[in-house]
Amino acid sequence: MRPLLYILPFFAVMGLAFWAYHENYATQGQLKDMARLQNEIGRLRDEIAMQKAEWAYLNRPARLRDLAAINFDRLGLMPIEPAQLGLATQVAMPPAGPLVVTGTTLPLSSDPDAEQIP
Amino acid sequence: MIRTPLRPLARILDARAKGQNPDTIERENIAARHEEMKDRARTQAERRLRVLALSFFVLFSVIGLRMGTLAATEPSELRSASSGAEITAQRADILDRNGRILATNMMTHSLYVQTADLVDPARTATELGKIFPELDAEALLRRFTDGRSFLWVRKVLSPEQMQKVHEIGDPGLYFGPREMRLYPNGTLAAHILGGSAFGNEGVDSAEVIGTAGIEKAMDTRLRDPAQSNTPLKLSIDLTLQANVEEVLSTGMKTLNAKGAAAILMDVKTGEVLAMASLPDFDPNDRPAPALTGDPSDSPLFNRSVQGVYELGSTFKVFAVAQAMDLGLINADTPIDTKQPFVYDGFRINEFDNHNYGATLPTWEVIAVSSNIGSAHIGLMIGGERQQAFLRTLGLLDAPMVELAEAPSARALVPKNWSGIVTVTASYGHGISTSLMNLAAAYATIGNGGLKVTPTLIHDPAHKAGARVISEATALSVVQMMRRVVTDGTATFADVPGYGVAGKTGTAEKPKRNGKGYDSDKVINTFASVFPANDPKYVLVVTLDEPVETAGSKPRRTAGYTAVPVAGEIIRRIAPLVGLRPDGESPMASLVAYKDPLAQE
Repeated sequence: MRPLLYILPFFAVMGLAFWAYHENYATQGQLKDMARLQNEIGRLRDEIAMQKAEWAYLNRPARLRDLAAINFDRLGLMPIEPAQLGLATQVAMPPAGPLVVTGTTLPLSSDPDAEQIP
Repeated sequence: MIRTPLRPLARILDARAKGQNPDTIERENIAARHEEMKDRARTQAERRLRVLALSFFVLFSVIGLRMGTLAATEPSELRSASSGAEITAQRADILDRNGRILATNMMTHSLYVQTADLVDPARTATELGKIFPELDAEALLRRFTDGRSFLWVRKVLSPEQMQKVHEIGDPGLYFGPREMRLYPNGTLAAHILGGSAFGNEGVDSAEVIGTAGIEKAMDTRLRDPAQSNTPLKLSIDLTLQANVEEVLSTGMKTLNAKGAAAILMDVKTGEVLAMASLPDFDPNDRPAPALTGDPSDSPLFNRSVQGVYELGSTFKVFAVAQAMDLGLINADTPIDTKQPFVYDGFRINEFDNHNYGATLPTWEVIAVSSNIGSAHIGLMIGGERQQAFLRTLGLLDAPMVELAEAPSARALVPKNWSGIVTVTASYGHGISTSLMNLAAAYATIGNGGLKVTPTLIHDPAHKAGARVISEATALSVVQMMRRVVTDGTATFADVPGYGVAGKTGTAEKPKRNGKGYDSDKVINTFASVFPANDPKYVLVVTLDEPVETAGSKPRRTAGYTAVPVAGEIIRRIAPLVGLRPDGESPMASLVAYKDPLAQE
């Protein structure tokens, strides 16, 4: 009986030590993983900031104005004029009566060709 | 341990045989035993003290070492507790009112040299000289070899430059990460943003500090780590700003002006939607301030806030508004405009020596901009009340906007408010103030008489200011200003459908030597409110030394310079802010309904 009392705690201590080491390594692994993720988040944040800055740079009014001037033939973009604003009553209503549906279909936005500028 | 008996029998018997007292033996033994116990106790106490001293020594050593390591090592974040949100820019972004970026941060690298690690200083210096034309290769080599161990080469590098430096391949070249301030819109809103520079620089990072404009005025807010994730939202609208700057720049070139400024302000809140000052600069590469010449000619000079000018006839509106509010006159009261008018030895003239006859109704004094009429209104009010009123409108103080330059733009006001000051102030002479103050004062009138304080920060929860003049007076003054545009000096600003109301001002610039005024050099101002029936915006346009040369003789009055520019700005921006032209809509005719299915 007596030897058993010595041997059991010995194995218990060994078992607990193994468990503690295991947990320790698992924790360190998690911390490393976290640090890696933090770095990645930081890097991605930097990239987002860079993309935003680039978006702002590409959309700066001076560039858009020049682009509108260069592509005037194709797009015909002009500054908005007071004459372009009106009242709803100034727009004629469609003629009364049921709409006649014919065979022709109107281009929808899902139509791949609709995206292209003629 | 064998205890020595206190009365050993052998000695007792011996002592008895010799007739001695056996008790002495017992006492001797007791004494010896006490000695022994004392020795033992002392050794024990000494041992305990040693253990205690040792543990204290160990403890203090551990604490000391820990403190030493904490102080000597780089701080690191708590890896397990961090959520990741802290890893962000060190300086908050600046956005316009719609969330478009005006200033942000960008990661770049700085270049420095540890001379001890340089393999071939001569080649490195030559190669660096090739990459950066502004660096002198010989001077660089001298600095590499004069015994210093460390030196900065460049504060920021572009990725291409960094790659080229990498290709030199010398181990003595090092890169340090740098967060750089970037203004993606270039010169747009340059005077508002101001600029920034590196403060304290280290190898791993450098602090960015604002050097001018809102970057400097709001520096603490922008650098506050707790708010670095919350961008600072300005009241500026990027689209309006771009349009105002474009029209103003064209106007300035056409009219040969040496400078121009414009402010567009929301009448209700005092939020500045656009503020331009030309010539301007690029805040990404802010030029050094000029050390010679007139600082107000520098592109860095913000004409809309820093510049204090005699704003001329635009002040007549304030004299009339106050007199009407005090009940001294109404819109049709005849005002004395008889020539000649001499006050205190000074003769007051009309522009171009016009003669408007004996009297003019109040509205016409404003419409034709009569100096004499305004002077009489000023005299009715009296100096003390006039000064108090102008102060309430904020015209006699530095503008309150959030710019580093604003507090120094103090209005120039005569110390002694004499009678002649009252006379000249009523038509805008003798007092110099900032355009921002003028815009705020016009906004106060446009806001139905409630005080408007200008601001550059977007604040959705705006509180209305105190009442300065009654709503009826404000309304009537705006109507009078409308007549200036329909029948008076500002007809070029009559944009159809938008009911522009405003007042022109032409002020001759004081001569450099301080003696009198220069008739060839004028500051033309047009301050306007629109739409007149329900004012929403204030626009102030100023041109510095413009001249309109289309006619037979050069014209320098605001009606031919600042007014058409302002008119064009309003025509461009009014549709952008969603103002629909009212009354007779300029929209040509009914838009016909087009049946998409109809055969062509």
